[in-house]
Amino acid sequence: MTPDIALILGIDGIATGSIYVLVGLGLVLIFSVTRVVFVPFGDIVAFSALTLASIQLNRFPGTVYLILTLALVACAVEAVSLWRRGRSRQIPRGVFLYGVLPLIPAAIAYLTAGAELPAMVQILLAIALVTPIGPLIERIALRPIADASVLLLLIVSVALTFGLSGLGLLFFGPEGFRTKPLTTEVFRFGSVIVTSQTLLMVASAAVFSLLLFLFFEHTLSGKALRATAINRVGARIVGIRPASSGALAFLLASLLGAISGILISPVTTLYYDSGFIIGLKAFVGAIIGGLASYPGTAIGALLVGLLESFASFWSSSLKEVIVFSLLIPVLLWRSLSLTQVDEEDEEVQG
Amino acid sequence: MSGRALNLAAFAAIVILALTPLWAAQFTITLLNYIGIYALVVLGIVLLTGVGGLTSFGQAAFVGIGAYATGWLTTVHGASPWLGLLFALAVTAAVAALLGAVTLRLGGHFLPLGTIAWGLSIYYLFGNIDALGGHNGMTNVPPIRIGPLSLEPNAAIYYLIWAMLALAMLAIANLLQSREGRAIRSLRGGAVMVESLGINVFRVRLITFVVAALLAAMSGWLYAHMSRFVSPAPFDVRMGIDYLFMAILGGSGQIFGAVVGSALVTLLGNALQDLLPHLSSNGQQLQAVFFAIVYVLALQFARGGIMPLVLRYLPRRATPAPRKADPLPRRKMPEPGQPLLVVDGLVKRFGGLEAVSEVGFAVTAGEIVALIGPNGAGKSTLFNLITGVLPADAGTVLFLGRDITHANQRRIAAAGIARTFQHVKLRSSMSSIDNVLLGTYLRTRSGFIAGALRLDRAEEARARFEALHQLERVGLGAHANELAGNLPLGRQRILEVARALAADPALIILDEPAAGLSRPEKRALAELLRALRKEGVTVLLVEHDVEFVMTLVDRIVVMDFGAKLVEGEPAAIRADPRVQEAYLGSVA
Repeated sequence: MTPDIALILGIDGIATGSIYVLVGLGLVLIFSVTRVVFVPFGDIVAFSALTLASIQLNRFPGTVYLILTLALVACAVEAVSLWRRGRSRQIPRGVFLYGVLPLIPAAIAYLTAGAELPAMVQILLAIALVTPIGPLIERIALRPIADASVLLLLIVSVALTFGLSGLGLLFFGPEGFRTKPLTTEVFRFGSVIVTSQTLLMVASAAVFSLLLFLFFEHTLSGKALRATAINRVGARIVGIRPASSGALAFLLASLLGAISGILISPVTTLYYDSGFIIGLKAFVGAIIGGLASYPGTAIGALLVGLLESFASFWSSSLKEVIVFSLLIPVLLWRSLSLTQVDEEDEEVQG
Repeated sequence: MSGRALNLAAFAAIVILALTPLWAAQFTITLLNYIGIYALVVLGIVLLTGVGGLTSFGQAAFVGIGAYATGWLTTVHGASPWLGLLFALAVTAAVAALLGAVTLRLGGHFLPLGTIAWGLSIYYLFGNIDALGGHNGMTNVPPIRIGPLSLEPNAAIYYLIWAMLALAMLAIANLLQSREGRAIRSLRGGAVMVESLGINVFRVRLITFVVAALLAAMSGWLYAHMSRFVSPAPFDVRMGIDYLFMAILGGSGQIFGAVVGSALVTLLGNALQDLLPHLSSNGQQLQAVFFAIVYVLALQFARGGIMPLVLRYLPRRATPAPRKADPLPRRKMPEPGQPLLVVDGLVKRFGGLEAVSEVGFAVTAGEIVALIGPNGAGKSTLFNLITGVLPADAGTVLFLGRDITHANQRRIAAAGIARTFQHVKLRSSMSSIDNVLLGTYLRTRSGFIAGALRLDRAEEARARFEALHQLERVGLGAHANELAGNLPLGRQRILEVARALAADPALIILDEPAAGLSRPEKRALAELLRALRKEGVTVLLVEHDVEFVMTLVDRIVVMDFGAKLVEGEPAAIRADPRVQEAYLGSVA
């Protein structure tokens, strides 16, 4: 390997890594606030890419049907839950939050179907269409068991992965898509060529990480999320509703996922089930950060991107093996650095 | 239905299973073959996840390793499938031991995430090794032969599959009723108590993990020689996830749950394949969605799975009372009056707080010593330092002249110290006698294989008799088969004392044993401790009930703010103004 090739691989790895950074941050955000290891998160990334591809190809995006399905179920779950708690008067509000709001982008997509939209509007529409997926799934499947053990929540979220990729196949079909490049400019630094797409990916990861940091540090909602993450009971005592915090965490993470999908779709062909692998690679990064630290996750995710890039140079067919095997030394390192015995072991049966 | 009717039903089920190939259609037998093959894997998950509390999404990878190992040996090298079975088991055990050694120290959610990762890793590896046929797989795997008999026909391998499954279920059922099986059952819910009994949690986890992997490998071996074709697809991590859900749906803590779960998912999948294409052109996709809904609903509303719902209507097999047996060998108690436990300059800091500062005292063999002091004085921390739960920052602990300051919990237990906990640590879903039997772990030897093959019965009878004896001694003899979790808290404390006694300790350390006891129960406990003293057992206890302490113990050590305040005989302590000040505040 020449230094030039190493440099090219390195740049490529950082570009992919920055996508994993965004996805990883979303995963840690969800996990720290709700304790859910949200395995289907990668699906949101893939769906966002497929949605943009459909819009660009002037096809009606399957996302609309997906959102419609989820919104109907979420409304029903919310209404039943409110009714059982004797708060029937709040049902219209619930229907508005989980039925009307998520369908607004879908309605826009329906009305503009066939029209030639500017590229930027297409992207915003795709993001707006996909973002409700996270909060809707949270409402349907996770909030009813919000107090269950981390392990049970993980198993449920693995089951959800099945369902979501099944729905993905139903609504997006089996073909893979790649979207039009967002920018096509190319920069030369000596002998090294950097595409503006790469720069865009890295810059977006940096900007959105910074925004997340500012949100946590300087807004009341951000502080409420941090409080919930640190101590759910304590947060509840000072008047923060864990349910709202959870919904907000899923909303923000979902937004990060949708943006990641837009960024990755011009460089990789994505299928309805590609999200699983993307999500798991981001998990490897997040586990390097202990599923708790945002900077640790960012570093871990970049490492995963770099490893993947170099691994595909050595042996493109074994690249996945190498990336997922990385988790084993990482877990070994974490288990050896584990000093205190974890006394409150989790149980499957609650 | 009585226990006898239950046996009859089991016998009838075996006869029906044995006769099925005579009348059933080929397709039915194929389905039954798959149910049996899946149930073997799920049985491993029942043991690993349902009983041992270790969640794995990666069992499909072990099925794959088993299938590929035998496929490679029998096609490339033309070996006999039986040699292939040995090879499959050996390779799988090696891989599982390696993966387990790396990941099993992690609890909670890291382990299942790890299993997804290596499940994927191994799956991709299968497709990329040319010697294993790459993504196309290996064809022409030979059928299994028994002498001149070929097991190629569906109905022939059917008998092998179900015989292996039945034997495996029997072996696991035996194992769970043995010494190591109880250790597996105790894994759920915190390691401190388990280690305090001398059980090596990591070793038990690792062996359980390897056993589950071996069951998966057997399943893979059967699969390879039944379908006579091995390719990566059936060993995808998604299949591993399906296996876990089969176990959860069936009833993850129940051996029969393995068959129920795999039958349910297989038959449901089959029915859906017939039905869904009529409902929609996208039947295949809807099946995944349908199963996801079933799984999520099951986890929300029936976490125990189907078996507990069924068991509710079946009679519980009455557990026979332990018969009289030779007592387990006893430890030679140290001579009364010799120094037993010598604590010197012990220090423990938590950040800036010195919870135990330079505490020193000695306990001589054959006495009862109480450690008292206001809440937060550092008494329980001191106990945790002595028993090896926490590492000391400075100082020494000598037990029978041996330095045990830095020994782990298991070595301290083996040296002859048994303990109870301030917050009761029992396995509430195990019976009282099983909880006490855990205490005999270090006095018995039988291993996993002896347990599975019932070679441990003589020793087991002695252990059971000993456990019953200890239960009777603390007054819980009538509650031997009751679940520990159903006892009131006071009795749970006493049950912990019985468990500690079952270890035949030279020194027994009791953390607030009388809390929550009624007056007569306290009196009985005091009698018991006096009887122990007569036998030469030394007692060190923390207790808040002053009357209980004053009338019982030989000496008292008083702690306050982490340091030793004073030490002496009960009457002297009662009169000491420093003690009165520590408890009541100074009379200024």
